Amino acid sequence: MKIIKKIINLIREYYKFILTTVLIYLLIEILNGTIPIVPRLLTRYYMQILMFALINIIMTVSLNLINGFTGQFSIGHAGFMCIGAYTSAYFTTILFKAAKMAYFPQLALFIFSLIMGGLIAAIAGYLIGLPTLKLKGDYLAIVTLAFGEIVRSIVRASDEISAFLRQIGLVQYSETIAKISGPRGLSTIPALSKFWLVYVISILSVIIMRNFIYSTHGRACLSIRENEVAAETMGINTTRYKIIAFSLSAFFAGVGGGLFAHVLRFIHPDNFSFIKSIDYLIYLYAGGMGSITGSILAATGLTILPEFLRVINFQQWRMVIYPLLLVILMLRKPDGIFGNREFSFLVPKRKEVN
Amino acid sequence: MTKKQLSDSINNNILTYNKLTNWKKYVFISVIILFFLFLYILSFGIKAFLQQLVNGIQLGSIYALIALGYTMIYGIIRLINFAHGDLFMFGAYISYFLGNYFIVHNFKFSFITVLILSMAFTALLGMTIEKIAYKPLRFKPRLAALITALGVSLFLENFFALSPENIPFPLNKIVFGPRFLPFPALIADKTYNLAGISINNIKILDITLTIILVILLQYIVKKTMIGKAMRAVAFHKDACLMMGININNIISITFGIGTSLAAAAGTLFALTYGQLQSPYLGIWPGLKAFIAAVLGGIGNIPGAMLGSYVMGISETFATSINSNFGYGIAFVILIVVLIFKPAGLLGKFTKEKV
Repeated sequence: MKIIKKIINLIREYYKFILTTVLIYLLIEILNGTIPIVPRLLTRYYMQILMFALINIIMTVSLNLINGFTGQFSIGHAGFMCIGAYTSAYFTTILFKAAKMAYFPQLALFIFSLIMGGLIAAIAGYLIGLPTLKLKGDYLAIVTLAFGEIVRSIVRASDEISAFLRQIGLVQYSETIAKISGPRGLSTIPALSKFWLVYVISILSVIIMRNFIYSTHGRACLSIRENEVAAETMGINTTRYKIIAFSLSAFFAGVGGGLFAHVLRFIHPDNFSFIKSIDYLIYLYAGGMGSITGSILAATGLTILPEFLRVINFQQWRMVIYPLLLVILMLRKPDGIFGNREFSFLVPKRKEVN
Repeated sequence: MTKKQLSDSINNNILTYNKLTNWKKYVFISVIILFFLFLYILSFGIKAFLQQLVNGIQLGSIYALIALGYTMIYGIIRLINFAHGDLFMFGAYISYFLGNYFIVHNFKFSFITVLILSMAFTALLGMTIEKIAYKPLRFKPRLAALITALGVSLFLENFFALSPENIPFPLNKIVFGPRFLPFPALIADKTYNLAGISINNIKILDITLTIILVILLQYIVKKTMIGKAMRAVAFHKDACLMMGININNIISITFGIGTSLAAAAGTLFALTYGQLQSPYLGIWPGLKAFIAAVLGGIGNIPGAMLGSYVMGISETFATSINSNFGYGIAFVILIVVLIFKPAGLLGKFTKEKV
């Protein structure tokens, strides 16, 4: 009974959030033609853009945890994404052949591979979080950038690594690594990222981020952003919380990368270059640092904007207009669209304390 | 504070030399480096070593010119000017067009003229960008200017890569087009053979011109009134206002000098490699030079030089072993250096005071 009461309370508290998400989902499925009320309006191309928008939401919200809430400056987020993408693709494509499986085992394998991708990315996040002990600001930024590029060049060197492994007698490992085929890109990845799955995972990531930020640990992260010395004086282990923030953020970036790989069905290390990290940085700052709402809206809007410009026959100009709009936005609103504000359902209600 | 103390503290801040301390550390590091170089000589021979050293110094010179601009702009307004790589590109293209024009019209001394004109045009562009995009954000959150810089960078790349056939009249005369262009041979290539090492006159030109420009820069920064004002602005902006220094002009001039150095680097780059791939060519040299500036301690002119040469030489050595390895080595060196010296090779690590 207690559990049911709790669930009812939760629903009563968050009915707006639940209603919005369910309605948006239903709307998209209706337009997609899965629920046959109107003729299909969204082609596979549009669905793919929507899925990319959702993945970008996961990525931006996770980047927001480092840059927006903990106040660190990371510009190598695509590196985590790369790790996640390659790990999950390794499980579904190389280790097990997911394409030949039945529906439920396939789904289970996919979710398992996503979690593995996230975990390995989180370990990398932990490792890259360690230098934050010493580095600050721009120096930290450049180390994260370097990390992203190192990941990319390791994947690109997969042929050399496999040749080296064969030389020292580890033939079995060298064959698996050769299958990654870094410089040629990994293809024939099964299309496992269904729209509903991406949707559910992106909502889950937003909820987890929100709950984290409004928890004790999240408060600790916020205090690090506001003033690191003061936070330390208050007895907060700043190093620990920075590393937690990095690992959690990297976990979601890894999951996002796994989803990305199974939408695009072809991954190449150059997909995850510095330029990709810059994209997420732009989404984050355009939306407003320290605002989950801003991240969600900016990631969606700025993913759709270039494609929208393509659709209305601005193909030539789309990549010129996009940065121009960005510059104008930053000049007019230096704090981003949302600044620090949030939608009400992303902020937990304050409980009265007697 | 007496006048002497103030001038001392200004001399000791960024944009100046830092005295080498703790010489044991440097001896240790140089022993490790010498060990690796020794290994290289053992496996490839002394001739290959010297050849790669010369090539590395050449590449390092080009990086140094870009990195100096980065470091000056960072030193004075604490902005990572991501558009710097694109100004490098702009300089290269301007000298392409000027060079073609001069070759057709049979100008004498065409290379020096091309270089100076290209530097002047690029400086104009750089100052315009500063006035439009960065000046309004000077006292706003620092990261807003960073995102604006990213926006400007994307804009320059994508705008100049538009193909002239498809766009209306006044613009199609400005854009460069996405095509590959062969750079005119402004200087006839002469190769000298010094004991088995091939050195051509372009290599000599790259290295000497860099040295000349750096000496000129040091002279400007150290000996002239403008340089003094620059150091003062880097030190404390509000105090400069009280001393009657026009901050806006000084920052403009710094941008002009920094971007003209980037243009010189662009011209040398194009002359050395004899080609212009596309208007996106500035991204990677720009990024590498930025890393070089951080490696040496950002905001520090000798540091930027040192970082660039370390970067260029290590990159050529690693590339001569394996091309993928060469790509990643820069980032590995960066991370290792920053872990041991968190403010770069010559930077000073300032502790935060409460």
